Amino acid sequence: MCESMRAFGGITMRVIMDFALFTQFIINGLMQGMVYALVAVGFTLFFGVLDIIKFSHGDVLTVGAFAGLTIYLIVASIGIASPWVILVLILVFSISVTALLGAVVAKFLVIPLKQARAPALNILLITLMLGTALREAVRLFFPDGSSSKAFPALLPGGAFELGMLSLRFDSILLFATGVAVIIAMHTLITRTKLGLAIQAVAQDEETSKLMGINFEAIVLMTFMLGSAVAAIAGIINGLYYNEINFTMGLLLGAVGFSAAIIGGLGNLYGAILGGFLFAGLQTFAVVVLPIPIAYKDVFAFGVIIILIAWRPTGLIAETSSERV
Amino acid sequence: MNEFFLSRVGVLVAIVFAALYISALLYIESETMVGALVIGLAILWLVGNRTGSSGRLSATIRKNTRYTGTLSLIAVITVAAFFYNDHFNLLMLTTVMIFVVACIGLNIQFGYTGLLNFAGAAFFGAGGYTAAVLTSNTAMPHLVVLLCGGIVAVLIGFILILPVLRTRGHYAAVVTIAFSLLFRTLVEVNQVLGGAQGAPVSGLNLFGWDFNKNFEIGGFEVSFYINYFIFASLLLLISIIFSRTLERSWIGLNLDTIRLDEVAAMCFGIDIARWKTTAFAMGNFMLGVVGAFYATMLGFIAPNNFTFGDSLIMVSIILLGGIGSIPGIILAAAIVIILPEKLQAIEEYRFLIFAVGVILILLFRPNGLIRRRMRIFPGVIVKADTSV
Repeated sequence: MCESMRAFGGITMRVIMDFALFTQFIINGLMQGMVYALVAVGFTLFFGVLDIIKFSHGDVLTVGAFAGLTIYLIVASIGIASPWVILVLILVFSISVTALLGAVVAKFLVIPLKQARAPALNILLITLMLGTALREAVRLFFPDGSSSKAFPALLPGGAFELGMLSLRFDSILLFATGVAVIIAMHTLITRTKLGLAIQAVAQDEETSKLMGINFEAIVLMTFMLGSAVAAIAGIINGLYYNEINFTMGLLLGAVGFSAAIIGGLGNLYGAILGGFLFAGLQTFAVVVLPIPIAYKDVFAFGVIIILIAWRPTGLIAETSSERV
Repeated sequence: MNEFFLSRVGVLVAIVFAALYISALLYIESETMVGALVIGLAILWLVGNRTGSSGRLSATIRKNTRYTGTLSLIAVITVAAFFYNDHFNLLMLTTVMIFVVACIGLNIQFGYTGLLNFAGAAFFGAGGYTAAVLTSNTAMPHLVVLLCGGIVAVLIGFILILPVLRTRGHYAAVVTIAFSLLFRTLVEVNQVLGGAQGAPVSGLNLFGWDFNKNFEIGGFEVSFYINYFIFASLLLLISIIFSRTLERSWIGLNLDTIRLDEVAAMCFGIDIARWKTTAFAMGNFMLGVVGAFYATMLGFIAPNNFTFGDSLIMVSIILLGGIGSIPGIILAAAIVIILPEKLQAIEEYRFLIFAVGVILILLFRPNGLIRRRMRIFPGVIVKADTSV
């Protein structure tokens, strides 16, 4: 009797321990899913307005994260200590850098090719090569850029203790930021004049021009918007893991791209769903499957590929009125 | 007749010049001299395009393929004989030829069928790892090992492509990019394949002839890389003939139709899934075989050589040379592989330089350095000639 009680107690103990670890995995998965969703939103926006895949998106994220780190190093050397001021400066600077980059890419690479009626393949290739160029530029021209860089922990430390469960403040803040960005994007696209213009361009380029919408300006705005969101995703990623490196955008880009496809390219909600689905698959592989942790991406991509084969237009079926 | 004779002399001069140029480029050590040679060629290229002589030259080459082929073969043998005991330069020339074959394979998928494959280096590596496993664990004849390299690449390709045949456009891109990114993880975690440290591969041994031994011809000690050089030339010859024949056949027409317009291809009763699979398999087979051969030549294989960046280098070769054009691939492969080796100053920057190069090519010269010609069937040529 006594023996069995002790054994039972042991099992409960392990279950509770595992529960703490399990929640940690869930929180981690949610954060990762948020970053993926923010990247996927960019892909889906660009596809919505121009029917193109901009593969440099992941590397724009890297540039955003490194721009943030640069401004942090400058500000820290000046001697500003308030983390909130630094955080605002980081956000403003890196969003401006990526937004500008997005606009330049659209203006000088994508729109010219689009107007020359080049095959869609060429646009994918040119942005893929631009991504390589950006990635290599970060590696070569950032001081000691080929090794991982520590990203400062600017958010308040500490955690909520709810019984066995501990929630770090910074995770909550970062997740809330992600949610706020998504809600802001949604409001922008559905409630503002700019958003209506983006939707119009996405539905029909010719008709939107006839309605007096400045096509090029809207495309540039969309690219700036998508790239700005990528910068935010890069900074969330940096603040959460406290580490960035020049290849971070490559995998994030591939994940965001497949998340956008699985959600239905051009569909905003689909992209968010796809991002969390990918992170969920990764978490599942780590927690449940008896495979090396390094294979979590292999598993997630494998499932995504099967899902693509099953539902080529995405889990949320595309209808022309829901392109953006 | 005179015109005919002159044009043949032109081809001869061009080939002799190419052979001398490549020998000089490889022979010279000084970086400034190499830089001068490169700039000289660029100027010559521009002049040739301006005056239209390159157009005339390529027209003659196309009319006299057998003559040009024989001369090129003699030129290749002469260059090899010149570097008979120079390990490094033979290795480099052989590497260029290996990459040309790999890119010809990729070109069947990419240039003919329009099927995106961003995992060229991964399929190449799959062949190499097959060679590593088979040469160290079995006594399989090495010719069979090379074939197995190709077969393994084809099988992996099937697993990847079959799920997405229902889909179009960018989906093949997602799948191959994912495979390309994950190939390294797959290999690194696998201890059977040597993990991150890599695995040894034994040198080729065909019909009792050991490729890794120096040998003597008439008192001259010859580098063992000559063996690999000759075998690579054979592979190159076979793959050029194969690719050309494929292009001119009805299969090549089918593939081009699929690239240009899938809907139209379907209307003409072309089975898109079948030909995409076939093209993917043919390309991967070539990548796998030549990857296995490359591994046996280097004697060692590590995950670092088969990253996404290396796949992009292969794509860059095709785009720089001109999508679908075999002469373009040869030229671009030589540039992309030899230049970073000769100019150590740019070695570190090579990914950046080639990426920017491809962006400029796509913006300003989408057909590449040597654009692919429309196929001309022999009967049509004869008619065109008599009418003039």
